[in-house]
Amino acid sequence: MTEVAVHAPPARVRRMHPLAVRIMHWTNAFAMVIMIGSGWKIYNDEVLFGWLHFPDWITIGGNAQGALQWHFLGMWIFTLNLICYIVYGLLTGRFWRKLLPVWPRQVIGDVRAALHFKLAHDDITRYNAVQRVLYIGIILVMIVQIISGLAIWKPVQFQELTALFYDFQGARLAHFICMALIVAFLFVHVLLAFAVPKTLAAMITGGPPVDDARRPPPAGE
Amino acid sequence: MAIKTPSPSIFRPQQRIDQSVLAENRKLVEEIDRRKILRGAVSLGALSMLTGCSVTDRSAVQSVLRAVSEWNDLVQGWLFDPNKLAPTYSEAQVLKPPRYNAYYEIEDVKPVDAASWKLELSGLIGDKRPWTAQQIFELPEQELIIRHICVEGWDYIGQWSGPNLKQFLERIGADLTAKYVMFRCADDYSGSIDMATALHPQTILATRYAKEPITDPFGFPLRLRTATKLGFKNPKWITSIEVTNTYPGGYWEDRGFNWHSGL
Repeated sequence: MTEVAVHAPPARVRRMHPLAVRIMHWTNAFAMVIMIGSGWKIYNDEVLFGWLHFPDWITIGGNAQGALQWHFLGMWIFTLNLICYIVYGLLTGRFWRKLLPVWPRQVIGDVRAALHFKLAHDDITRYNAVQRVLYIGIILVMIVQIISGLAIWKPVQFQELTALFYDFQGARLAHFICMALIVAFLFVHVLLAFAVPKTLAAMITGGPPVDDARRPPPAGE
Repeated sequence: MAIKTPSPSIFRPQQRIDQSVLAENRKLVEEIDRRKILRGAVSLGALSMLTGCSVTDRSAVQSVLRAVSEWNDLVQGWLFDPNKLAPTYSEAQVLKPPRYNAYYEIEDVKPVDAASWKLELSGLIGDKRPWTAQQIFELPEQELIIRHICVEGWDYIGQWSGPNLKQFLERIGADLTAKYVMFRCADDYSGSIDMATALHPQTILATRYAKEPITDPFGFPLRLRTATKLGFKNPKWITSIEVTNTYPGGYWEDRGFNWHSGL
């Protein structure tokens, strides 16, 4: 009799950031750079604030038409990727596992700890309350950014969206404010990623394995 | 945009190729790993797609951007609802005079003499007889108080009147199933719009602003005003209209601005 060793395939290890999340994260990062850089060039042609012009060397596109071409390429990558991310987050339960719950008391406590540089991050797989608020916030800002972008792009076909921002200039202002919020988020986000390098590594390699059974998604999932 | 003109190839050898080098290095040539080269080429392509950087040829990025812009023309054509009207405004909101914009400064505007001016017609049009300014002024007028939105980001509300373009095209026997309507101007500007926009109820050949004849800097005697396109898609000082199925481009469109540019 020949003994046939039957190797059970190793149980699939679920990592903190599954491959799909990592791909969507870096696609978004790429799209963001295009959208912000080209958006600044487009802004420069007709500034909202006389004191604010973006230096050419940090813009993308070379001239107005080039910047618009980049912006109208980046919008597809950015929007389709965000739709994929939201569908993924809802269907897999990642949003509930990672981003909820958010209790005001925890947020206040964590903000206080963060300001004293005492915010614990031993377990990077669990987001603290500040992270949860910021990640939920930035997803909402990106959604408003797409809506205000559509309101600027199609103020006749999507005039109902433009009206949400009062008028065309209102939509431009909203688009600018959301850009500023995204840039502010990026600044903090990148700074902290470098301050705690294992979080940056996790977005490349997948990070530590996680046990999803620990916190099942809510019923109905 | 530089137009490439054919020139005799500098790469064509003057004499026949000396094959002896190939024979001498036969072994080396046979060792070249085609797969490796292919793999390298693919990664290089992927790199340039990812970064958008010019790795070897800048025009590769340009052609991707142009292709996406053409795709966006298609999408905007689908989004365009021929029955959707742009918002209109009250006379009190009208900016007087309107805001000037062209590819040169207002001091350089060359006024058009209405007495000698003619509107030439060409392409898929039944009655190609040219029109005088007086004949145009006698046509029934339509008034639009609409928002002018510039691709740069500024806007104002203007009050325009003149013959409806659809009615004019019907009157001259234009082929309304054609794809494009092209406008050429006295200042060498030009621009083309899709037929769906040309037939939209808020597209007119404007001759008046705030009930007065349009003044020289704003396109006297005839300009296009459509409520569903960006400002630069509204040519001023029009001298000819062509109906065609061949993509005609335009001044800014040929310089990289999106062709459809519908609002």
